[in-house]
Amino acid sequence: MQDQIKFLAGHAIAGKMSRREFLNRAAALGIGAMTANTLLARAAHAQEPVNGGTIRMALQGGSTTDSLDPALTTNTVGLMLIRMWGEPLVELDDDGGITGKVAESFEGSEDAATWRFRLRSGITFSNGQAVTPEDVAATLARHSDDESKSGALGLMRDIENIRVDGSDIVIELKTPNADLPYLMSDYHLVIQPGGGKEAPDAAIGTGPYVLKDVDMGVRFVAEKNPHYWGDLGHADTLELLVINDDTARVAALQSGQVDLIDRVPPRTAGLVARAPNIDVHQTSGPGHYVFIMHCDTAPFDNKDLRLALKYGINRQELVDKILSGYGSVGNDTPINASYPLYTELEQRAYDPDKAAFHLKQSGHDGPILLRTSDNSFPGAPDAAALFQQSCAAAGINVEIKREPNDGYWSEVWNKQPFCTSYWGGRPTQDQMYTTAYLSTADWNDTRFNNEQFDQMLLAARAEVDQAKRKQIYADMGQILHDEGGLICPMFNDFVEATSTRVAGFTPGIKGQVLMNGYAPHRMWVTG
Amino acid sequence: MSQIAKLLAQRVALSLILLFFVSILIFAGTIILPGDVAQSILGQSATPEALANLRAELGLNEPALTRYFSWLGGVLHGDLGTALTSGQDIAENVGKRLGNTLFLAFWAAMVSVPLAIFLGLLAVRYRDRWPDKLISAVTLTAISIPEFLIGYVLMFFVAVKLGWFSSVAMINDTMTLGQKLYVIALPVAVLTLVVLAHMMRMTRAAILNVMQSSYIETAELKGLSLFKVIYRHAFPNAIAPIVNVVMLNLAYLVVGVVVVEVVFVYPGMGQYLVDHVAKRDVPVVQACGLIFAAVYIGLNMVADIVSILANPRLRHPK
Repeated sequence: MQDQIKFLAGHAIAGKMSRREFLNRAAALGIGAMTANTLLARAAHAQEPVNGGTIRMALQGGSTTDSLDPALTTNTVGLMLIRMWGEPLVELDDDGGITGKVAESFEGSEDAATWRFRLRSGITFSNGQAVTPEDVAATLARHSDDESKSGALGLMRDIENIRVDGSDIVIELKTPNADLPYLMSDYHLVIQPGGGKEAPDAAIGTGPYVLKDVDMGVRFVAEKNPHYWGDLGHADTLELLVINDDTARVAALQSGQVDLIDRVPPRTAGLVARAPNIDVHQTSGPGHYVFIMHCDTAPFDNKDLRLALKYGINRQELVDKILSGYGSVGNDTPINASYPLYTELEQRAYDPDKAAFHLKQSGHDGPILLRTSDNSFPGAPDAAALFQQSCAAAGINVEIKREPNDGYWSEVWNKQPFCTSYWGGRPTQDQMYTTAYLSTADWNDTRFNNEQFDQMLLAARAEVDQAKRKQIYADMGQILHDEGGLICPMFNDFVEATSTRVAGFTPGIKGQVLMNGYAPHRMWVTG
Repeated sequence: MSQIAKLLAQRVALSLILLFFVSILIFAGTIILPGDVAQSILGQSATPEALANLRAELGLNEPALTRYFSWLGGVLHGDLGTALTSGQDIAENVGKRLGNTLFLAFWAAMVSVPLAIFLGLLAVRYRDRWPDKLISAVTLTAISIPEFLIGYVLMFFVAVKLGWFSSVAMINDTMTLGQKLYVIALPVAVLTLVVLAHMMRMTRAAILNVMQSSYIETAELKGLSLFKVIYRHAFPNAIAPIVNVVMLNLAYLVVGVVVVEVVFVYPGMGQYLVDHVAKRDVPVVQACGLIFAAVYIGLNMVADIVSILANPRLRHPK
């Protein structure tokens, strides 16, 4: 009963239940109003940040082969580690805007081609060394160098010149880009002493914690950074365990060995949430599960065939059955409401008649081969089978070929004309489109070559009037929706869970995993 | 005596030759894996430039034969090379992981081997009566269930529901021996259940086999108690097959625990190997493969040597 009342009080504080309802429920448990009020007050007190203690998290995605070099980071574990010890120039804020980190403020020229970042004065790296503009310039240079292996190289390609001007950093672009500050918030671009050229994996930065114990792919321990300038980080110690097995990760939370886990499997999230000492959090994100067709390869080079397949998929069914409801319906563009300049398009629904009509129009006859594998997204083979069924009702014959997980990204994705895949999303529409839908994009995995679309993208990038930009993006979404090779049935939510030993988890920034990676810094230990 | 030495030398030489051929197989096997390491490191975020830069840096452009011989030469000098993905020294990393795996295997063996032999003896003592049937039924059931299922079931009931043991068996250097033993309790239990039946059945069968011999009959006629007959006369003669199956299971405890390590997040060789296979980190995969092969071949060799020493008839091949 103790647990139950605590649980109810927690709900009341979190606003999931009214005070009156709480008192009624407490009365039902045989607790007087006075005692209940005290309990509520105590629970409310626990809602204020407390310093000290250890927050332990178990995350998926780490591997023994990982590196501490931020340039080579690709997974959530790497992101969380970077967040501990380092910071980029700027960061996304909770409202979808940009706020300063190592840079105190920034401003763009009127044509958005030159950007000036003013560095925060008097801050130091965790080794006590002062942060200089040269360090910042060297960091940006390391990631934009043509020889670089950095995951941020694609973002940095448009940079013409990086220079130090007094205590400022000035970035000059080849083509104007009103979103440059968003690009600078990329987690790879964490400021390191000397740009990290000497020791890229030394993990020395301006972050709130210092890594004390590193066992790649296994376990990490971080302690508070005595030189940290900001106010993040309530716990004295953070401990991060890599647990890739879904069941083991959930069990670790249930048995109280960790306080925070990511990627709760949607299938079991409902069950997990029923435990009194566990809260499951759902954050909508820009990540989406897709079926991609090469627009330049037969039979997918036919717009009617593409439309037939788009009408042949039952999006709601996929959200219900593959995501167990932890997600939202997609509309054949990579953009959803988690983007700042999103505009809603008319939703395309499952329509076997229209699908059959477009199939007939296309003149295509015979089976259509779809390749899939489990690691293209969780449940992809099942999703493919559902797609096959819904298409069959429209007379479209989809054949499924199951590919091995190993080598899927090198042998199938971006090589075969029709396969399942996923996208993690990007902070801005410009970046998402530039990465995957510009004709010349490296990862143009739908082989979408549309001159008008390309021109609009460049125009929107240089446009500083937000209303005009929003309109251009809406039009671009419409083009992709009608013409593109992307079938986007669903956006997957991030499903994360915490134990009641910790508090402070908020949905945070729309579209970002684990409060944009700041969950352990903004949470605190309650007991 | 020189006869035995010669036999043993032959057996050791055979093992080394076998190991050499295994090294060729391992190398060839890793070469034909689809994809390459550069692509796998960068994953979905690989741009052609980044890919080319990484390939050049990792020396992937050299011919396979050159890489094989330079690798073999290194191994003979005790140098396993550096991991392509992290640039760390493999021997150092593997040493730590192998230590962990051996630690787990050791405790699993400490529990399972005596238990299996004891249960085997007990089964013979009460042959065809209920203790024998119960022991067989329980151990055979345990071996028939997949390891991950046993693992999950134990995890759910013992760790999550009862809270007796830890569901995460992540040991680290700061722990005392007692803490380590506490956190590895569940994986040790799973491994014990998995290997118990095999060893128990073999012990039982080997002793029963010996029990048919005429000298056992003599011993019985002398009026010795059944337990003493088993313990003094049958067991020593059954050692060879029992050691054989024990060694086989020890080898399994070292090289076959990938699933258990993943389920209980144990930082041993299994997880290490899986991570590097996924990234096509060929030198590490080769090193692990070679170590696993050496463990297998080595333990089998020990079993054979024990057999040769225990059974005079094997010393005089016809």
